[in-house]
Amino acid sequence: MARAAVLGRLTWQLGEVAELIQETPRVSSLVLDVPDWPGHLAGQHVDVRLTAEDGYQAQRSYSIASAPESAQVTLTVERLPDGEVSPYLVGELRTGEKVELRGPIGGYFVWRAGDERPLLLIGGGSGIVPLMAMIRHHAATAAAAPVRLLYSSRSIEDVIYKDELARLTADDTGLAVAHTLTRSQPAGWEGYSRRIDGEMVAEVAWPKKDAPAVFICGPTAFVETASSLLVESGYDPAWIRTERFGATGG
Amino acid sequence: MAFISRGFRGKRRDTASGSRVPPGQHVVDDFPVLSAGPTPRVPLSEWSFSIVGELDEPKTWTWDEFRRLPSETVSVDIHCVTKWSKLDTSWTGVSVETILEGVETAADYAVAYCDGGYTTNLPVDDLRGRQAWIAFEYDGQPLDPEHGGPARLLVPHLYLWKSAKWVRGISLQAEDEPGFWESNGYHNRGDPWREQRYWGD
Repeated sequence: MARAAVLGRLTWQLGEVAELIQETPRVSSLVLDVPDWPGHLAGQHVDVRLTAEDGYQAQRSYSIASAPESAQVTLTVERLPDGEVSPYLVGELRTGEKVELRGPIGGYFVWRAGDERPLLLIGGGSGIVPLMAMIRHHAATAAAAPVRLLYSSRSIEDVIYKDELARLTADDTGLAVAHTLTRSQPAGWEGYSRRIDGEMVAEVAWPKKDAPAVFICGPTAFVETASSLLVESGYDPAWIRTERFGATGG
Repeated sequence: MAFISRGFRGKRRDTASGSRVPPGQHVVDDFPVLSAGPTPRVPLSEWSFSIVGELDEPKTWTWDEFRRLPSETVSVDIHCVTKWSKLDTSWTGVSVETILEGVETAADYAVAYCDGGYTTNLPVDDLRGRQAWIAFEYDGQPLDPEHGGPARLLVPHLYLWKSAKWVRGISLQAEDEPGFWESNGYHNRGDPWREQRYWGD
């Protein structure tokens, strides 16, 4: 197993919001200037800490969306209606303001461009975020591994990074994207229109003889389903790395 | 001195439960699932639990033998390094103290090992003294596979990654040996009250 990318003590740093990008009605990207950023690997996350005037603090973890090659650190955050930190990050925080963070964290759910195995990424909802860091890393390094992304969203309005994914696909970077929309589909929709299932996985996933590297991120039930389908289809569990989002009250 | 986030107020819990929540944690009512790979599924007929390593004779229990060991039901608070805590969770299991009864060992360290290849390391002292269990029921029901069933380690006084899911045995060792997350940036001991989340904390 890979030794960590995180070395030494993780200290709290200030990131300044250089840009806010509304990705979907509920999701925004925070592009941060972090002066002493130590660098990160695609798939890692950070802890964000908010402090109220009376000293009350709240912390949450967010995946990094930007490639390691990016000069800025981008976090993509879904605003949870009953959340404590996410409604502040998506709604209250303004360009030019600062936020405390520390990281990068996590040395396992990471993909490096030198890995030449075919890459299969399966994302549900905001589970796309760490996978997008991998896709951007792949594009930035013109990596050799072919990439397939299976991405499940509720509706077309909920698809995060829709235009960038379309552009990367058209640019012939070795990325193929299959969308599924589980709740509603626009007129003329040509992608999948249902929850992830065995037939969909069989159509999108690399054949098992290719021994791919697999990263799955999304809500628990989604990850359980996707990973079980792959194992049942003959994938070695050791190829599959997962990250799960419960409703952890972000 | 922490940076003040303009306009941030937060959602505060009442102080009664607040005193039970370690720094940087917040209380959830659901039970989030986190694991690094697919959920392993092993039939009970093939399941066993072992104590190996620094002891005279390795010990192994089949599922039926394991379930005949005296068990207890405990109510504990659990704390995940991803910031959520869950209060008053009810588990039934065999205490590691019971498992280690009659085991003569000079080992100071332990590594719990699991189906799927996961490992986590702990000082033996954190496993003794009826503060660690091999749990097989949650809330009176058999433990779901996604929560670690058929059995998981439960060490509620440390962050939950130490409570290894799908546990199949404990290796007693003279030397400390970092486990899976402990090799991947997470703290070697993981005491939530000292906020030992990552290396160097």
